[in-house]
Amino acid sequence: MNRDQLINSLQKIVGQPYVLVEKEDVIVYEQDGSIFQVMPEVVVLPAHVEQVSAVVKVAKEANVPIVPRGSGTGLAGGAVPAEGGIIVSLARLNRILKIDLANRIAVVEPGVINVDVTKAVAKEGFFYAPDPSSQAACSIGGNVANNSGGPHTLAYGVTTNHVLGLEVVLDDGTIVWLGGEVPDMPGYDLCGVFVGSEGTMGIVTKIIVRLMRARECVRTMLVIFDQMDAASQTVVDITGAGIIPAALEIMDRTTIEAVERGAPVGFPRDAEAVLIVEVEGLNEHAEQAIMRAREICERNGAREVKLAKDEAERQRLWKGRKGAFGAMGALAPNYYVQDGVVPRSKLPEMMRRIAEISKKFNLRIANVFHAGDGNLHPNILFDMRTPGEIDRVIEAGAATLRACIELGGSITGEHGVGLEKKAYIGLLFSEADLNAMARVRRAFDPDMRFNPAKLFPSPATCGEIRLQPGQIPAGLWI
Amino acid sequence: MDANGHTQRGGEKDGIAALNLPELYQCVHCGLCLNQCPTYRALQLEPESPRGRIHLVKAAAEGRIDLSERFKDHLYLCLLCRACESACPSGVQYGHIAEAARAQLGPPGSELGRGVLKFVFTQLLPYRRRLRFAFAVLRFYQRSGLQRLLKLFLPKKLREMEELMPAIPSQFFKPPAGIAPAIGPLRAKVALLDGCVMPLLFGAVNEATVRVLRRNGCDVIFPRRQNCCGALNVHNGETAAAKQMARRNIDAFLSADVDTVIVNAAGCGATMKEYNHLLRDDPVYRDKAERFSSMVRDAGEFLANLGLVGELGLLQMTLTYQDPCHLAHGQRIRSQPRQLLQSIPGLKLVEMEGADRCCGSAGIYNLTHSDMSQHLLKEKMQAVAATGSEAIVAPNPGCMLQLRSGAARFGPNLDVYHLMDLLDRAYSKAG
Repeated sequence: MNRDQLINSLQKIVGQPYVLVEKEDVIVYEQDGSIFQVMPEVVVLPAHVEQVSAVVKVAKEANVPIVPRGSGTGLAGGAVPAEGGIIVSLARLNRILKIDLANRIAVVEPGVINVDVTKAVAKEGFFYAPDPSSQAACSIGGNVANNSGGPHTLAYGVTTNHVLGLEVVLDDGTIVWLGGEVPDMPGYDLCGVFVGSEGTMGIVTKIIVRLMRARECVRTMLVIFDQMDAASQTVVDITGAGIIPAALEIMDRTTIEAVERGAPVGFPRDAEAVLIVEVEGLNEHAEQAIMRAREICERNGAREVKLAKDEAERQRLWKGRKGAFGAMGALAPNYYVQDGVVPRSKLPEMMRRIAEISKKFNLRIANVFHAGDGNLHPNILFDMRTPGEIDRVIEAGAATLRACIELGGSITGEHGVGLEKKAYIGLLFSEADLNAMARVRRAFDPDMRFNPAKLFPSPATCGEIRLQPGQIPAGLWI
Repeated sequence: MDANGHTQRGGEKDGIAALNLPELYQCVHCGLCLNQCPTYRALQLEPESPRGRIHLVKAAAEGRIDLSERFKDHLYLCLLCRACESACPSGVQYGHIAEAARAQLGPPGSELGRGVLKFVFTQLLPYRRRLRFAFAVLRFYQRSGLQRLLKLFLPKKLREMEELMPAIPSQFFKPPAGIAPAIGPLRAKVALLDGCVMPLLFGAVNEATVRVLRRNGCDVIFPRRQNCCGALNVHNGETAAAKQMARRNIDAFLSADVDTVIVNAAGCGATMKEYNHLLRDDPVYRDKAERFSSMVRDAGEFLANLGLVGELGLLQMTLTYQDPCHLAHGQRIRSQPRQLLQSIPGLKLVEMEGADRCCGSAGIYNLTHSDMSQHLLKEKMQAVAATGSEAIVAPNPGCMLQLRSGAARFGPNLDVYHLMDLLDRAYSKAG
């Protein structure tokens, strides 16, 4: 099958307007939320599962790579077509198919926007728990692919804890269901295998998600610190005291500056760190927990503790926090975000190490992180147009990940491995571990055509990967 | 970059230096704008999203793609509603990017359409008398029976466009010659923008605005040498005449001895608040434009900050408020008009879903992209219907025309008001 035949077949399946081939169309799909760029040859936007299946069959026949894409908000290059080929955008599969409050589930298509699930059930007092910072834009399908977390992971766990079943299209176009509407289906937990597989096993076309009952009371406070050490120690002390908040988030001075420059919400610009503490539960419990957390904050030398007085104020705090990544553009043209994890007792030490790394490599690093579960997001700020800077950025990124592992942590909490961290996955897993994973992957995708060159370490073959504007850093693909 | 500002890269052409805007490098393509963009919501295509368009402009600036027809289609399918700017955590001013790209592309449409637009932008809008004459001719056309006759012969496309033409009122607005004096103690001296189509289609709104301002202790004047604000030009790739119009307005208003320049059309207000950007490279006018822009206030914004005085009469009605894009997104004004509405006794404000989403009017967009425009209008009217309102308020002439045509075409059957209409009515009810 040549290129024209391929395009022709795809047009027959989804209709001509939804097969993009012109350079002025496909070029916008060369990037996601990360710093990587590779142009796809074709972008296809199917409207329902049968079209997805037909597209997958054509791709198999033509033997071209196929890369599923949600909203393209990922931070690890997961939706960047590393080896070219076809991008299958699931954006048009954006229907909420069923809401079953009695059984607390919803069935949604992968292109449904995360926050829209909660919006659809909020009036009845329910919500969908995983809430990545990009939740106003990211898709449930993308969340499944990356097993996404979010600030409230601390209380509710990550995506896999909220997905009961998946309809997926396999490499030969077969449509199957993994898991189902009831928990604990017998047999292999293939639904669990699929969640977090980063598009390397097939394409998810329907998702059964768990809905949670909104809590009676939510209390949120902003705690202002003059020292990062004190802020991170406070997190250790709060969880150590047996209080399990719904969220514990820290932002450092540089991040505050970005937010306040980009879309201000009123964070104090002279603070070294702010901590957002959110607790929820029954009225009595929430009040008591927030008071205890407040005492711990004050004991650790907090300059000020501001309790959100109403929902509008609470929403404003979260808007600032959730816009933090996007706000990095207010400080620098590019940012490289890490997603390392350390045991939370090691947070103060890890923050000191990041400060050292920043100094050593002479790079500004903005920290914003899910402190409650030790999931760090150091954002290394830089300008791709400055020759040689990207090399230092990559080295600094590697240094933070090595530090995470030395302190007993991991290299990714929730963003996925994608292109970005595949070179480092060997730091965490042995060759035998990786081989076992590869065997599972091949069971689903024998030709390795689904989102190739992701997740697993591979030799330096990615000469085509373009880091805007066209410089390939030395040593990225170790 | 080389000395001429061209990006050089092996194997690729020179970029377009005029498009190499600092705003492009503020976008970190996080995607938070996607779901707020009306065209992306409708089509789910990345090239029809703010992030996509920014990437296209960046690619053109770097010489990776040409300013082809396809590129132009993407840039012009945008409504310039700037909802993406409200959503952007980095504060990227997308409007500046899109306007710069359109300035390179020229006006939208076919060869003929572009010619017509160019004529309107450079020969009609800057000249008040010509514009008045043109509208008088149109009024004759509508009232003489010629319209009904001609309709029979127009091709379908033209007939559809013709149907969008609003009925032209029998009276045009005539600005008062001198100062329209404040009623009661003097609180502010203000100058009002007359506008281009406002006095011709919405003369009553201008009259209401003057009355409401006077009631609130304002001396109101209409500087004589003012002209159209140039918003349509700037939005559609015509900048030479637009700059000329901006300079003329700056001269007219700065010499008027007032504290504030008041605008009752959201699109004009947004444009005039950004004259400092439009004339940033003009050594003579740069500073004056800076001063002028800082004096511009939307009428609702101004009155809410000033605080209403005098008694407002009872208006028993349930209504919903449509945020004009260039008020909510362009000027970040959301609470002030609502606050004013809620100060009217008896008036019940019911919020609709997506009140700050574009109605599809967008200047001349409803003519150049009628399919998308009608799609958005239909959605808007559904949201309006769900509120059970008997009226809708939208303080911008374009939105008012669009919503009127939406009410006629899709229902519900309701009245469309400007904020100043309602304040004026409430004041007159109180006597």
